[in-house]
Amino acid sequence: MSQVDIQQHEENEERAYGFWLFLMSDAILFSLLFATYAVMVTATDDGPTRSEIFGYWRTVANTALLLCSSLTMGLASIAIREFDKTTGLRWIFVTMILAFGFLVLEIQEFAGLVAQGAGPDRSGFLSGYYTLVGTHGAHVTIGLIWMAVLCLHLALRPIDPIIQSITERLTMFWHLVGIVWIGIYSMVYLPGLYQ
Amino acid sequence: MFGRLTEEALPFYSEIAMAGAAVTVLGGLFVVAIVLWTGSLGYLWRNWLTSVDHKRIGIMYVVVALVMLLRGFIDALMMRAQQAMAMNSPGYLPPEHFDQIFSSHGTIMILFMAMPFLTGLINFVMPMQIGARDVAFPRLNLISLYLTAAGAGLVLISLVIGKFSTAGWTGYPPFSENEFSPGVGVDYWIWALVVSGVGTTITGINFITTVVKRRAPGMTWMRLPLFTWTALCASILIVFAFPALTVAGGMLALDRSAGFHFFTNDGGGNPMNFANILWMWGHPEVYILILPAFGVFSEIVATFSSKRLFAYKSLVFATVVIAVLAFTTWLHHFFTMGAGASVNTAFGITTMIIAVPTGVKIFDWLMTMYRGRIRYQTPMLWTTAFLVTFTIGGVSGVLLAVPAVDYTLHNTTFLVAHFHNMVIPGALFGFFAGYTYWFPKAFGFRLDERWGKRAFWLWLVGFYLAFMPLYALGTMGMVRRLQHYDNPDWQPYLIVAAIGAVSVLLGIASLAVQLWVSIRDRERLADKTGDPWNARTLEWYSSSPPPAWNFARVPKIEGLDPFWRLKERGEAYREDESYDSISLPRNSPDGVVYGALAFLFGFSMVWHIYWLALLCLLSIVAHLIASSFRRPVEQVISADEIARHDHEWKTAARTASRYDGDPLCDYRPVLRKVPAQ
Amino acid sequence: MTDLRQHQRDVRTYLIGFGLAVVLTVIPFVITATGGLSRTWFDLAILFAAIVQVLVHLRYFLHIDLRHTPRENLLALGFTGLLMVIMIGGTLWIMGNLAARMMGT
Repeated sequence: MSQVDIQQHEENEERAYGFWLFLMSDAILFSLLFATYAVMVTATDDGPTRSEIFGYWRTVANTALLLCSSLTMGLASIAIREFDKTTGLRWIFVTMILAFGFLVLEIQEFAGLVAQGAGPDRSGFLSGYYTLVGTHGAHVTIGLIWMAVLCLHLALRPIDPIIQSITERLTMFWHLVGIVWIGIYSMVYLPGLYQ
Repeated sequence: MFGRLTEEALPFYSEIAMAGAAVTVLGGLFVVAIVLWTGSLGYLWRNWLTSVDHKRIGIMYVVVALVMLLRGFIDALMMRAQQAMAMNSPGYLPPEHFDQIFSSHGTIMILFMAMPFLTGLINFVMPMQIGARDVAFPRLNLISLYLTAAGAGLVLISLVIGKFSTAGWTGYPPFSENEFSPGVGVDYWIWALVVSGVGTTITGINFITTVVKRRAPGMTWMRLPLFTWTALCASILIVFAFPALTVAGGMLALDRSAGFHFFTNDGGGNPMNFANILWMWGHPEVYILILPAFGVFSEIVATFSSKRLFAYKSLVFATVVIAVLAFTTWLHHFFTMGAGASVNTAFGITTMIIAVPTGVKIFDWLMTMYRGRIRYQTPMLWTTAFLVTFTIGGVSGVLLAVPAVDYTLHNTTFLVAHFHNMVIPGALFGFFAGYTYWFPKAFGFRLDERWGKRAFWLWLVGFYLAFMPLYALGTMGMVRRLQHYDNPDWQPYLIVAAIGAVSVLLGIASLAVQLWVSIRDRERLADKTGDPWNARTLEWYSSSPPPAWNFARVPKIEGLDPFWRLKERGEAYREDESYDSISLPRNSPDGVVYGALAFLFGFSMVWHIYWLALLCLLSIVAHLIASSFRRPVEQVISADEIARHDHEWKTAARTASRYDGDPLCDYRPVLRKVPAQ
Repeated sequence: MTDLRQHQRDVRTYLIGFGLAVVLTVIPFVITATGGLSRTWFDLAILFAAIVQVLVHLRYFLHIDLRHTPRENLLALGFTGLLMVIMIGGTLWIMGNLAARMMGT
């Protein structure tokens, strides 16, 4: 490796580590949202309770979409690491479709709930629910924008260490989004759906 | 169009508020006028405002801190004056204004004075201590600075447009909810915290990555200078504690602007959860403030005792233990909220346990001084005063850790005395010590000793006069934050406290005079050696001020106190045979851009100008995306230039008499070997 | 040749992880749909499946490995885990205790 390559490699490592720390910070943020949701879950103020508002098959669909997107994102990252642009782009594109599907379902769900009078201002429980799930949704949105930007990078130039570094961090981010969703369906949806 | 913003937001309703606004506006205009009049805008822009050099960013952080110290101190002075005179009388401050002042005092002193001060010191010193050329992410470092400045700007502008929060620096709901605080004050508080909090989090990540990835070869963990250790641990606390502030602030903002029910009295809200989350940040925050100061004291006590730091490993261990335990004590801030005996006891015990590693440190510093050849120059004076004063504060803290005692003293001035007794000697004295200690490194001349000592004594005496009476008042039952009172027994104590505040005022004035005198006499105070205190760590292994690249060659580290070793072996000022060129990151306007957008975003969220807030967010995103396509630009410093600089400095260091005959700095050089000629 | 083998190994890691994740996802969803467990056992089962699945994601997707992952990354992760336990556990304890004392439940 040349001097420049080594420097680039070290910089990418620093970026990956810095981003890892950011993800840890983000994980703490989500823990506090989970904790708050757990505190608020009974604070329904005579409004809708958790056993009334969640849909089983919607949760199944959301979970399936995100889990598959974790796999496709991983396959994209492998391809880009191996300088295989076509395969990389293809998997990112699939990931984007899956993520977009997830967002559509979530927005539908939120809109439906608000229409029923179960908006976030209805009760402490719903405030906690929307904030936790909504923050996760915001992360999905950011991931989606990030993927679009990555596609633009890939379209404009051959794969280089900078693109690989972007992909590496995006993949880490996307896996965190997936892990948080495990928490959400396990702590929010399924306990609400269980009779 | 402009949300809630109307001309009624201007402070024409009260003379005192108008005066405050006028001082803020005129102060700002004065600075702008000076800059334009001297024609230094271009210079400032090129060399400072857009510089990504960690040393300059550090200095700019300290400038922000000193400006905010002035503002926060004026608040303190006003409160002491009010309480000294408000016995059976309304005093001169109406209640609502008094409430704004204690809220802004706390917010400013912690988040916009202490935080920038310690971030500035770490920025300036830490990369040099580990033999690095810069932090891991220099451009992000600049952006962090401007995010902090944007938060400070929001607090300052609340004095001119609208009002600040009256809910105290902790902003407890339900009082801080719309129902009781419908104005913009709490929103200013929230957005100032959130905007600067993002900057602080980025800084924390930046510092950790720097320490982990950029240490010079041979700089193993057990060879890190203690200041770097404390910087690392404070950064870890930042990264893991600030999410709690973001969550608490964000939820309160959702309650206030979107009708959520996290902490409201109605709708199933739970105000107690706010205290719970806020203090998960708030308690580690105390250690974020204090740990870097511990680091400063450790460096100073070793340098000025002319000894190796006593029990280095136990100091490292104590620092790390404090960083972990800091996350286990948060409930002691709300013992009286109503939790059961088991909960309160558990957190009382963790609180007492965390005093143990702190005590270990005190003994280590004392043992470092023991049989050392101590030089009582200003940095060492601050350190000694800290050792004594901080211990008193620590003892009162362990007292408060007993829940039963806390029940009687909670929310009294005893508590106010306690935490000022921790944070003023424990953090601020350390920052002043560090400021005096590293000033010659930053600017190439020392600060005047005479005025430094005056400032020190005025501060120290002022501190004791201002806060010891508050301990007594607390045990006499005086509740904190009283705008007026009717107990004549209290007044003498409050007058003494006010006199203390005046003494501190004189101390601050002395610091200003010291700066002025030192700049005037910079020839007399010049430091040609780069090592004015006969110090031990790597940041002194460079000229004063250091070149942009810090070190001509990254040094190899063979043990603790590497610079001291070099001096002992007579190799400190030996020139290399050959030099390599060095590439450094170029200046960047990004900091200014993100800072301005973040400020505008915060301002429009406060006033509900949502279209503008959205526009700012979109601009930030667009800018982020655009900058991902830009290649980092670097400037290359030629080997010749580096060689020339190195030669000039080392020649001067070898030939200059170290202390230039200044009697105040005259002490016997304690090197066993004189540096080689 | 080695590149190809490396590629196959990387893909296989992801596929194994995906397979395990699917199983660990299907279990809680099936339990939820079929019912029959008491609330406590249900909560424990869900929690267990979730924790194991998080570990699967960390191992197979984020490639965390006690031997090869740099120590500084593992330390950050471990500290995060510890703090999650302290913060979530602490919140539940504190707020639960307050609620119990206020509501008398």
